[in-house]
Amino acid sequence: MAASSLIPAGDFRSTYGADTTIFPTATSRNMAILGILILVAVPTAFSWLGVSPYWLTLLIQIGYYGIAALGLNILVGFTGQISIGHAAFFGFGAFASAYVSSKLGVPVFFAIPLAGVMTAAVGLVFGLPAARLKGLYLAIATLAAQYILLDFFSRAEWFTGGTVPALAEPFSLFGYTVRSDQQYFYVVLAYLVVCFLLATNLMRSRDGRALVAVRDHYLSAEIMGINLTKYRTLSFGLAAFFAGIGGALYAHNQGVVSNEGFGIDRSILFLAMIIIGGLGSIMGTLMGTAFMVLLPEAMEWLTALLRDTPIDQALALRPNIAFLREIAIGLVIVLFLIFEPDGLAHRWRQIKAYWKLYPFSH
Amino acid sequence: MNMQLLVQLLVNGVIVGALYGVVAMSFVLIYKASQVVNFAQGEFLLIGAWVCWWLLTKYQIPFFAGMAITLVFMLVFGVALQIIVLRPLIGEPIISVIMVTIGLSTIFQGAMKWIFGLNAQPFPPIFKTQSVNILGLQIQTAYLMSVAVSLAMMAGMAWFFKASKYGLAMRATAFNQQIAQSLGISVKNIFAMAWAISAVVSAVAGVVVGVVNSVSPALSTYGIKVFPAVILGGLDSIVGAVLGGLIIGLLENIAHYVDSEFLHWGNLYEIAPFYVLIIILMIKPYGLFGTRNIERV
Repeated sequence: MAASSLIPAGDFRSTYGADTTIFPTATSRNMAILGILILVAVPTAFSWLGVSPYWLTLLIQIGYYGIAALGLNILVGFTGQISIGHAAFFGFGAFASAYVSSKLGVPVFFAIPLAGVMTAAVGLVFGLPAARLKGLYLAIATLAAQYILLDFFSRAEWFTGGTVPALAEPFSLFGYTVRSDQQYFYVVLAYLVVCFLLATNLMRSRDGRALVAVRDHYLSAEIMGINLTKYRTLSFGLAAFFAGIGGALYAHNQGVVSNEGFGIDRSILFLAMIIIGGLGSIMGTLMGTAFMVLLPEAMEWLTALLRDTPIDQALALRPNIAFLREIAIGLVIVLFLIFEPDGLAHRWRQIKAYWKLYPFSH
Repeated sequence: MNMQLLVQLLVNGVIVGALYGVVAMSFVLIYKASQVVNFAQGEFLLIGAWVCWWLLTKYQIPFFAGMAITLVFMLVFGVALQIIVLRPLIGEPIISVIMVTIGLSTIFQGAMKWIFGLNAQPFPPIFKTQSVNILGLQIQTAYLMSVAVSLAMMAGMAWFFKASKYGLAMRATAFNQQIAQSLGISVKNIFAMAWAISAVVSAVAGVVVGVVNSVSPALSTYGIKVFPAVILGGLDSIVGAVLGGLIIGLLENIAHYVDSEFLHWGNLYEIAPFYVLIIILMIKPYGLFGTRNIERV
């Protein structure tokens, strides 16, 4: 989706280059740099302020889930395909990185992108039906991919360790090993920035525009000379690539990768992230991911607030918090689709537009 | 060769397959009428079974009365779901509609676990005799009932589409919504009716599974197993759905037999339908009976 940010009066774009620029104004660029700088300062600030280290793990989670969700957004939001098996690719990336780093002895720094490439290859295999299928049928093919990959994880003991969790080496660079979350935060942040820059630039290129054309009207796209099969399969590969990177970062953060947590409920969580953030919005992906990662925390806080009140006693909220989270995820998906189908990114643009013209916003 | 086991598994396959067929049929019903792929089909089974179980165990209602109340409840539930959630989405892109049904399935699963817990609960015994002897095979009465109910529902559905006025209206809507509307058919009502019938039929299947095995959150896997069945049969063919369900049910059990006798891989029967699904999508995406979409520019 074209970034319909508000352009100051008198700013006429006269070249294609100016039209596809990432930052339309100097302020927006500076704000982005400032945002990254603030994030860089976060671990230090947290330790100064005495914020519980748990919040840092949440930020790391937002990082690696955000990268994986970005891949899904390329597939669903930009290319208009739907995937219900994203978590399986995320899991494949995690196992692949663990395998490559601990069994083959590849340094973790290289193992993470390598895991991305391996996952992309698997994604391409499951994207192959895209040569003949579209829409719905593809969605069902990804559902099959989800179950087949999960089955593979439990079977392939040489690769995943079977019932024994696979070990993932800690991240290291130039002989310096990252052990604490404070340090790992920077690793994830670096990957996040690189992945988001990659995706943003991809969308400005011919290939990115081709993906959007396939989404908007595939017949017209084909007539304009876009190879549908190529781009549909490619978007599957891209989605799997980012999922693999995210999964690999997850693996090296956890240290062990067990067979759990890559099921269809996690896939639904990824879909929820991009829907809430906004389909076809790169920054929206991050907002949606943050929303979905913080939602369980909000639920926790809410039930803690209601503890021992009659509501809690009547409904047994505390012991059933896991189910309540499940309900909340589904509810958020449904409500966003009905009331705010363009997601948080759209709402954010509206807020920006309002303040830009304040106090004459009408 | 273990003949006893093979026969047992084949019988099992027919019973499970018939149930898959029924669920697939109600899935296709919604897809045909309103072009919605319902990822919450399995949760219809779950809700129906839990409601019936709750009525039977908590209030000690006789089985058939409890069943009747459950069906009325599911009828209202299906209509309400269509009106509240899916009607605002008419005309939205297919991704949104799919996602809404996925969201609904998550909500229902969570809610059912919240209300009824995670444990499997058996139905109170319904039949006086546990098993009957047919041609030297001991078959449990519940299994017989399961097949009978499945067949009855399939026959009922066939009658509904062939002979009844509303069935005809539904077929017309499936064929072309605008033409149907111009002939005085209320497309809105047809959509609501499709969801209601689908919910009711699925709930019956859910209760049957509950009686045969027990009620548990695992019931919703029927909603996933329905996909291989409908893709095999063709996404918009009711006959195809029934046949696809039967084939997938048989296939699962044959895979189980091959696995336990020869291969010893374990759990092959759970995953075999999905391999079949991928293969069919590769070689014959419109299934056995589905209409082929030909695009002309």
